[in-house]
Order: sequence, then C-alpha cells, then structure tokens
Amino acid sequence: MSGRDRTPVDDAEVCVIGAGPAGGLIADRLAADHTVVVLDAGPRFDPSDRLERQERAIRPSYDRPDVWDGDPERDAHAASGEWFYPLNHARVKGIGGSTLHWQGMVMRLHEDDFNSESARGVGVDWPIDYADLRSYYAAAERELGVAGADHPYAPPREEPFPMTEFEPSYSDSLFADACERLEIDMHPVPNARNSESYGDRSACVSYGTCQPVCPSGAKYDATVHVDRAESKGATVIDRAVVGRLEHDRDRVTAAVYNTPDGAEHRQKADVFVLAAGGVETPRLLLLSESDEYPEGLANSSGLVGSFFMDHLFAGMGGLLDEPTRQNHVGFLTSECHQFYNDADAEIAPFKLEFFNYDGPSPVTMALTGDDWGDALLDRVRADYGNHIGMGALVEQLPTEESYVGLDHDQTDPFGNPVPDVHWTVDDRALRTIERANEIQREILTELGVEITWQVGPDNTGPAYHHMGTTRMSDDPADGVVRPDLRTHDLQNCWIASSGVFPTGGAMNPTLTIAAIALKAAGHIDEAL
Amino acid sequence: MQLTRRDATAALAALGATGGIAYGARHFTSDDETDADDTDANTDASDDTQSSEGDDHLRSTLVAVAGVLYPNEVEGIEGFVNTFLDGRLDDSPHAEGVRSAIQTLDEHAEAWYNVKIVDMESETIDGLLREIGADTADEDPNGPTAERIRYYVVNELLLALFTSPTGGELVGIENPIGHAGGLGSYTQGPGGGQ
Repeated sequence: MSGRDRTPVDDAEVCVIGAGPAGGLIADRLAADHTVVVLDAGPRFDPSDRLERQERAIRPSYDRPDVWDGDPERDAHAASGEWFYPLNHARVKGIGGSTLHWQGMVMRLHEDDFNSESARGVGVDWPIDYADLRSYYAAAERELGVAGADHPYAPPREEPFPMTEFEPSYSDSLFADACERLEIDMHPVPNARNSESYGDRSACVSYGTCQPVCPSGAKYDATVHVDRAESKGATVIDRAVVGRLEHDRDRVTAAVYNTPDGAEHRQKADVFVLAAGGVETPRLLLLSESDEYPEGLANSSGLVGSFFMDHLFAGMGGLLDEPTRQNHVGFLTSECHQFYNDADAEIAPFKLEFFNYDGPSPVTMALTGDDWGDALLDRVRADYGNHIGMGALVEQLPTEESYVGLDHDQTDPFGNPVPDVHWTVDDRALRTIERANEIQREILTELGVEITWQVGPDNTGPAYHHMGTTRMSDDPADGVVRPDLRTHDLQNCWIASSGVFPTGGAMNPTLTIAAIALKAAGHIDEAL
Repeated sequence: MQLTRRDATAALAALGATGGIAYGARHFTSDDETDADDTDANTDASDDTQSSEGDDHLRSTLVAVAGVLYPNEVEGIEGFVNTFLDGRLDDSPHAEGVRSAIQTLDEHAEAWYNVKIVDMESETIDGLLREIGADTADEDPNGPTAERIRYYVVNELLLALFTSPTGGELVGIENPIGHAGGLGSYTQGPGGGQ
C-alpha cells in the first residue's frame, strides 16, 4: 500500500490480523479470488535497510528488539509467572512478523506428536493426525522454500525437499567421528533458507547474521507472501493496532484498530482470520469481552490463553584443542532426532543440535574489549577458533498454570491492558533437559572437549515458540478452534497460529504454522 | 597483511553504504593492491566523490587513529580507511555522528596536547583515547563523550576491519560475520580442505 492511507477497505471479504507467515500465506491464497485486507500492528520495513539492521545486530549497543525497531511502549507486557518470559526478545512486530528475525529451521512434527496422550501417556491428542497435515506440510515446504534431506527418524514424506540440503559444516565433521563411535546418528537440518536460487530469491551468501536479520533475503520471511498477496490485489495496512473485535453472538462484525494519527477505524469483513501469534491472538480475544462473551470472545470453553507452551533449551559446550571453524554461517546444518521417538510419560521428545556458531565471533570480541592494536589481535587469536557446542529443544506439556492473560495494571498507548505471559514449566520437561545434557556430555567428552558451559534445568530458557493458547479440539468444551481452524463459537472467525497446537512436540513450529495456515485457507475459501 | 579495496568494499557491503562502493579505487595505488580482480572496477567515478576540506581532515584523522587501533601487521590502512569512508561519510545522521566525534576528539587533543590528532605520534593518540576512556567505555551513539568516541571512532574502525576478509583472516576466519563470503568456507577445515 503506498502512502499513508490506513482507512478501512470497503466491501472486504477477508480481514487478516497479523502479517506474519500464517497471515501472509492465507492472504496470498485468497487474494486472487477475494477482497482481502491485512492489518498489522507494526510497521512495513524497507528492504533496503537490512544492512543497517545487520550493523545493529553486530554492534553491542543495540539490543535484540532494537534490530527491528521494537517499541517498548507499544509492546509493553507483563511476565507474572514463576519463570520470567522475555516477550519482546521473542517477537518482531511488523510486516513479516517474527520470521524477520527467526532462525529458519523447519521440521515437520513427528507422528506421535499428534497423539501425545495415547502414544506417550501424557498431554492430549490433537483432533487431527499427521496424515491430515501431510499434504499441507509438502505445500508449506514449497511455499517457504526448504533445503533438506530425508532421514530415518523423520515422519514419512511423499516427495523430496524443494532444495538440496546444505552440506555439513567442518564442525559437523568433528562431531561425526565421535557420534559414530557412540552410535549416535547425525542428519541434515531442513532450512527455510535457499541452498540455491529459489523463485526470485538468491542462494544464501553467508552473511552469518541469520538471527536476527538476513540481508540477502535467502532466508524465508513472510514478506514473501505478503508482497505476493499485494500483487494479487490484497490491501496491507501497517501500524494498524487492532484492539477489539466487534461481534454479535455468532459473528465478528468489525476489527477496531488505531493508526498513528490517533484515528480509530472499523474494518468490516465477511470473514476474520486471527494470525497474530500465540500471545497477541488470545489477548485480542480477551480484550473483546462483551455481554455475549463476558470471559472473552470465542471463549465459551474458558480456555482462551490457557496452556501457554514454549520449547525449552538445553545446551553444552566448551573448548577443543584444534580449530573448530565457528561463525562462518549463522545457521545449523546437522541435528539428531534419534532419541525423539523414545518419548514417554517420563521423558519428553527432544532433538539435539550441532552448533556452527559456538563462542564469540572476532568482530564481537573486538567491539567489546578494552584493548586494540596488537593486544587486541593477541586476545582474539587466543580466544577465537576452538569453541564447540551443542543445543537441544525439549517439549513442555500444556498445563493450566502456564497461560497468557491480561495485566489490567498496565495499558498500551491506546488504553488496552497489556499481555501477561504467565509461564511455568513442568517437571517432565526439566527431567528431559537433564537427559539431553547427559547425551551432550557423552558426545562432547568422546570428542575430547573441555566442557566450559552448560544450560540445564536450572538456567534453561525459552526458544521463543508461543504455542497452545487457542487450542484446537473436537469438543467445544475442550478448546477454542475446531479441526478446520474455525472458532467453535463464531461462524466467521478462524485462527491460524501455533496457538492452536494442543501439544508442542519439540520441533520448531513454523512449518506446522504454515501447514495449518494453508489448511485454514482452504476451509475459508470453501466457506466464502 | 595487506588490506585491499576488496576489503573496504566488503566492509561497506556488510554495514551499508550510500553509493560509495564503486568509488574506492582512487585510494589504492597498484602497490597497495594485491588482488588483480579488485583493480579494474569503476575507477572513473572518483570525481563524483571529491570530499569537502572538512572531510579531508576527518579522513586524515581517522587514518591516524586507525594506525593505532589496527594491529602492526596490517598494511594498506590509508587506502582501506579512505575507501570505507567514501561509503560512510554521506549526509546521514551516522556520518554526522562521526564528524562530531572526531571534532570532539580533536578538541581534547588541542586542549590537552596543543596539537591536532593528525600531528600526533601514535603513542600520544593511544594515550589520548585512553585518557578519554574510549578503551573501557561501552559504545553508545547517544552517550557521554567516551561512549560516543567508542561508537563513532574506535568501533567504527574496528567494525570495518573485522568485517573485512583480510581482517577476518588475521584471526583465522576468512568469512567473518557481516561479510557475504559465500557458502564455501564453512565446510572447509583449517587448511582449506573438507
């Protein structure tokens, strides 16, 4: 959209709230045949600014939210849970959403992840199976552009990845010998990152700053689909902060949004798609309480905001007495799902990651030291080059103690209560972090690493994957959306987000978000 | 190690520049240049980049400071810094920050040593930067003097060096963070093998 016209679109059929991957994909799928408008709270970023953002990513005076113009007032939040949640490090508001700063790892959930209760004895089963999403996963891999290769621990797939996998790193080759002796398998990481040119996007050129910014555009971000939707006729309105959904008992009638000029607008549409992620989507529903829905819109179950989940990080690393060649690229090339399918009621699914960027980079060391000249050179030469490390992601179970609510003591610039991420973690997840640490220690010891750091159950943190807060269910009493992603309560309101995940598995969620978005787009098209 | 125009343009490509990348060849003589591929691009565009007298002083000052900040084994500093500055000294707020920081630095030099930085010995420049506190300060473009000098002068020059291929090679990484060095290096071992 050119200029500053942020007024509503007349006769809109579809209003999408949130211009991240789910919103972008749905807008793209529907824009050719329907009048689509996309509202996003954040700005539209100029692609030509990406090198400037890369400089911010490298320079120590900028914090992570600064890279994508985070606004502490706009993005105010609370974290009242037992575990602090750094929400503004976890997200980007703007056209493209958090894919602008994501790592770009795109695995399918495993088959048992859809049947946690029946297969593992904990959690709940999804109302859909892997087979229901399988074709959507394949379509999502084509849409995002995924470079990968099949391996024995992955769920069955029907066709090769769209692009060949990235070659293993030199660092991977060091791990490979130790893992082979321990009979631990390594396999390629599926990356939403071009190993060759894909469409009109170039192959990766190794800037090394993938997280938080890819200057080349080789890493997928949702501007790809938002731009494509616009080219098909969709209208995208940035800096449009939706604070309330007007509704009657059965339908959403308008999205009420504020713009930077202080104006309030009402976007009407036949269908509304909530694609603002696992925190802002339940917040918007709770903000839209009414006489018909006194506990929050679409909340007859009372479960909007409940069961907030993230993935837990476990890690370990240290020093090797030979060069390890870290920090040439900013992405991972090898991981291990060998232990994933052993998950049960005691131990959660987890995957292991082999880092390509462990330890400080020389430029970071140079910019943060107290020295320069030959003293700096000596220090960097001594400290760079021998680091090596591993990570892991661990599933946490959905529990009622972990939720997203509203903090009525704090409001955003438009007077709306801010989100409160009340995050707690279950004991099974903490046990699993210990288990992941055990295997990491075994591998690193076999490799001959002097272990110098560990992230275990006492200092673990989130992987910034917001799941569970608008759960999918067959029974309206058990969740917020139906298996077709439409809300149980409202006939014209869909949710496309990792918020619909009943359980999280231990796989990075964005490919599943994309698959669910494509599934929702089909159902919405049928409904229209 | 010899810094080349390729290094300066690589640093600019990592950090963003407004049109200066094509202009830098004028700052390198054939003796400076070690990469034949670097010598033949757009040398005729240099007339467009004649800088002001004020920026000439700024450039000379930053070259002098780089002589202190960069390790002794680095050669070709003058051409490297000038080419880098071709892309950085535009009309942006960042460039104004660099100009202001250098002016502040010079004012301290004249107040404390009665001489501008370009006329100082390296040891004196080193001492001046430390007396201001730029060695221990955290960089901050909006902070007090030491933090602004750290941001716009010290780290500006260190950033240029360590996002360039030669700067990376100095410490064992030929494709440093920020440099679009391609997909070849991360698979290679320390000797260049797989």
